[in-house]
Amino acid sequence: MIQTDKLLDAKGLACPMPIVRTKKAMTELEPGQVIEVQATDKGSLADIKAWAKSSGNQYLGTFEEGDVLKHYLRKADQSEEKEEVQFPHTVTNAELKEQMGRDDVVVLDVREPAEYAFGHIEGAISIPLGELENRTAELDAEKEVIVICRTGNRSDFAAKQLADKGFGRVKNAVEGMSQWDGETEQNNA
Amino acid sequence: MTVKAMTAKEVARKVIENQPLFILDVRNGDAFADWKIEGGNIQYLNTPYFDLLDGVEEVVSELPKDRDILVVCAKEGSSVMVAEMLDEEGVDAAYLEGGMKAWSEHLEPVKVGDLKNGGELYQFVRIGKGCLSYMAISDGEAAIIDATRMTDIFLDFAQEKGAKIKHVFDTHLHADHISGGRQIAEATGATYYLPPADAEEVVFDYAELVNGLEVAIGDAKIEIEALYSPGHTIGSTSFIVDDQYLMTGDILFIDSIGRPDLAGLAEDWVGDLRESLYSRYAELADELVVLPAHFMIMDELNEDGSVAKKLGDLFKENHGLNIEDEQEFRDMVTKNLPPQPNAYQDIRKTNMGKITPDEEVQREMEIGPNRCAVR
Repeated sequence: MIQTDKLLDAKGLACPMPIVRTKKAMTELEPGQVIEVQATDKGSLADIKAWAKSSGNQYLGTFEEGDVLKHYLRKADQSEEKEEVQFPHTVTNAELKEQMGRDDVVVLDVREPAEYAFGHIEGAISIPLGELENRTAELDAEKEVIVICRTGNRSDFAAKQLADKGFGRVKNAVEGMSQWDGETEQNNA
Repeated sequence: MTVKAMTAKEVARKVIENQPLFILDVRNGDAFADWKIEGGNIQYLNTPYFDLLDGVEEVVSELPKDRDILVVCAKEGSSVMVAEMLDEEGVDAAYLEGGMKAWSEHLEPVKVGDLKNGGELYQFVRIGKGCLSYMAISDGEAAIIDATRMTDIFLDFAQEKGAKIKHVFDTHLHADHISGGRQIAEATGATYYLPPADAEEVVFDYAELVNGLEVAIGDAKIEIEALYSPGHTIGSTSFIVDDQYLMTGDILFIDSIGRPDLAGLAEDWVGDLRESLYSRYAELADELVVLPAHFMIMDELNEDGSVAKKLGDLFKENHGLNIEDEQEFRDMVTKNLPPQPNAYQDIRKTNMGKITPDEEVQREMEIGPNRCAVR
């Protein structure tokens, strides 16, 4: 079970209703929040993907459980599109690849659980940005923490938070998962 | 508020008669690019329904005033919604009843000719998918060749004609559509024939369709003679009906030839394909009317909607029959092949009886264009 902000039950509904309901439910989400849409209409898979693309939202992936398709979408967040980041210590994905094998380095993925579930760097620790404040104790402050998200934006906030909490060696992987070309692994449904 | 439905049959008549039609296809772009309603006088606009949820104003200005407008989607639901929204904007538009699923399943019976002593030969044109099936009727008996899974249409048609179905043939184990042959045979007590070389893995009983097999239908003894013609599959077999018609299965089409890669390795069967086309068929009479199991493009339809042409004309006009250089022929049918049909492995397993998907799944498996030929 993947943690999401909203669950929409569109089971038994035929096209166009799964998309009509999804569109409506998305308006009730905050930018960056994640919805799980359960549908039995097989055509909903291609249509959810295409609709997400055309509406600028982020399609994360789909798990199939018996007859039920569980689609995961994340509402577009305009603030993530801005280019500049503020935290001074950054790494490129190429540098991250070189460093992530070291024993004193951990990779922290601050995206939503559903984003993490459909593709993350092997061994990355998952703590969504919104929960980081209360969960920093799970991290080893002695190690170097390389923070990653989708586009380098949420990880910028997270890096600052960690630095303020006394983490000495923090870096923001500014290119993010959207430009990651290395291997990834997926969670099971 | 009600909007008009247009049936697949009405659309098929428009396509065959080359009447003007404007199609607003509201499926997603990939589905539209993959497969759509084809026709010589059809104009298209593809705007996914999910981009019209807030209103149809943006497409209204692009719709013509001087031709019928048909809204098309996968199963009907979205097209009804969009047609209703257009109606509210004062635009008269119909929706396709049953959507592309109904289009994929529609069969249009077309009479291709008379057989001796009052017999008749019908072609069933599956216009949305490019499959062709046949029924020969003589003296209250019928034989069916390459039936599709919409078996009721064949059963009803035979009943209307007062004919008892005695023989059901498949020219080969199909990879692009699910055969209705076995079901029709079970429902009527007819004999179901398959070429044994294609049937090594089938899990049901069948009669062997081998070179030289002759069956007669009716007292008039309309003859159906089998001619082994491998190449698309190793078992592919043609039929000569009443010394007038040559049913070529997936070996020879009107404007293309069969592909050898759907049931094995193209390299293995390319020699068979060449021999069937360039030797076996070349020895037959030019006057035979070729009746293939598929068509690929609407240009292959005759004016009456039938798909048929004399063998002699095909030897003059069909590119695939006119490649003298053997290596060039080899390259053409083994390289740069079109994508394989959707779900073709599962379709083959279904036709072998190894899997029995429910009807909804069978529909999904067959969605998409026909891709049995090399041009």
